[in-house]
Amino acid sequence: MRKFYTLLSREVRSYFHSPIAYVVLIFFLLIAGVDFYFQVSFMNQRQVQYTVQEAFFNSVFFWFAFVLIFPLITMRLFAEEFKLGTIEPLMTAPVRDWQVVLSKFFGALIFYIILWIPPAFYFVIFQYVAGQPAAHSAGAYSGSYLMLLLLGMFYLSIGCLASVLTKNQIIAAIISFCAITLLFFLGLVQFILLDVSSAARDLLGYFSAIEHMGTFSRGVIDTRPIVFYLSMTVVMLALTHQAFQSRKWRL
Amino acid sequence: MIKVENLTKRYAGQPAIQDLNFEVGKGEIMGFLGPNGAGKTTTMRILASFMPPTSGRATVAGFDVFAQSLQARAHLGYMPENVPLYSDMRVTEYLDYRAALKGVPHRRVAERVGDVKELCGLKEVENKLIAALSKGYRQRVGLADALLHEPDLLILDEPTIGLDPNQIRQVRDLIKNLGKQHTILLSTHILPEVEMTCSRVIIIHKGRIEACDTPENLLGKIRQAGGVLLEAKVGADNGVEELKKISGVRDVIVDSDGDWKIFSLRVESGADVREEIFRLATTRQWRVRELTQRRATLEDVFVEITHSDSI
Ligand SMILES: Nc1ncnc2c1ncn2[C@@H]1O[C@H](COP(=O)(O)OP(=O)(O)O)[C@@H](O)[C@H]1O
Ligand SMILES: [Mg+2]
Repeated sequence: MRKFYTLLSREVRSYFHSPIAYVVLIFFLLIAGVDFYFQVSFMNQRQVQYTVQEAFFNSVFFWFAFVLIFPLITMRLFAEEFKLGTIEPLMTAPVRDWQVVLSKFFGALIFYIILWIPPAFYFVIFQYVAGQPAAHSAGAYSGSYLMLLLLGMFYLSIGCLASVLTKNQIIAAIISFCAITLLFFLGLVQFILLDVSSAARDLLGYFSAIEHMGTFSRGVIDTRPIVFYLSMTVVMLALTHQAFQSRKWRL
Repeated sequence: MIKVENLTKRYAGQPAIQDLNFEVGKGEIMGFLGPNGAGKTTTMRILASFMPPTSGRATVAGFDVFAQSLQARAHLGYMPENVPLYSDMRVTEYLDYRAALKGVPHRRVAERVGDVKELCGLKEVENKLIAALSKGYRQRVGLADALLHEPDLLILDEPTIGLDPNQIRQVRDLIKNLGKQHTILLSTHILPEVEMTCSRVIIIHKGRIEACDTPENLLGKIRQAGGVLLEAKVGADNGVEELKKISGVRDVIVDSDGDWKIFSLRVESGADVREEIFRLATTRQWRVRELTQRRATLEDVFVEITHSDSI
């Protein structure tokens, strides 16, 4: 456990030693701020049926930034160690493969969670300034943050897998970007193709991040997406572990 | 401490090492000598459990490097070729991290890190970013890292590569000192290094062991196969022609220094041709300013072994 913690703390620290982390942080804050600003000023002009918080988590801005950050967070995880050769001192120390894989995943997850702390304050400030809550219930906040966490875990695990497959960070970023975007649009297919069978639509519905975020951000917690995202994360991490081990035979 | 049996590694079918067999006993400093691409790094990576062999077996401190890799790694201090390090960390920070990773007990980390910094002369750069270190200091960080968990056995892959002569001497002295308490396997393609530091040498070429002996014995084996140096003014003579006629002379290389000609002669094992040369010089009335038998160095052993197929 101590070794895992040691690895994890090095992973988290390494984010804050690299310029890319700050670029992501600033880019993300900017988009989230612009998103929040537009949603609020839009609502100021007309009567709407939803809350600020719902609007924030379901806007184009949000999804744009959301899909983009995962490749940026995960691309360097393994690829950089392969490229620089630091994988050699790492794996010749008495550590297990899964400790390394999990430390990289959870390191990325911690950074991702840190990204989401400042936007939470937007809602607090809104309530303070506007004198009314930004959401209709506390459940809506926890629902949307829970969905952020679930989606984040799934997409980060995809990023881990992409990064373990290559020693080129750019290629890792492109692979994970394509995979995440594809999954994202898979969920949209059901809105576009109206004549697909209901079974296919149900299946596609499992991938519909937008729909899940829609329900969760209203405070409606459905267990099916929770199970789906958690199990997909486990599958992706198991594949990452597998690919990481087979690296030895590819060498 | 190290036992290697029929070790073979192929990269995509291409053999990098073939059927290696050797042992390194406790307290030995074993030199692993071979030209680039001989398979030194491949062997060491297998011993450090970085990758599995294609076939064969290796044990480190009694643990199989593949089946019991965690224990094997815990007993081994390994310094990879070119010493890859996290450049975003500071020296002390990095060593603290490595100590924890290698399972140095919590309360001993500060003491161990302090000790290895002292030993490897890292005190003056302890707060520097690794990215800002010179090659020599990076090498020492790698060595300090290998020593952190007080392993019985050190495997050092080209510890002096890319250093200037001063740094090479420092690192060599350091290794010699370490040899008093540790078993060391070190690879190099620099000959004087093994001659000065190692108690035994393995010469590896194209993935095969060509020789394994003490430096003295290896030298003894081909001492006679050294060479003779002759500096003379040969007048109108060609020199090379006449020298080649002497029985026992294999090859003559000529160089000139003004009017003086410098002949390097390769001679057959056991032959002493100096007397013949002297006779030749007196009859042809050459003026000689030097005639010496060159003592064979490990370099000659090495050239003899690794070039044997191309001559
Ligand atoms: N990752 C690799 N993939 C394919 N071939 C390799 C790899 N690493 C080394 N080789 C080959 O194996 C042989 C031995 O290399 P190496 O062990 O690095 O030699 P040395 O360390 O003695 O210079 C070389 O011919 C090299 O080209
Ligand atoms: Mg090498």
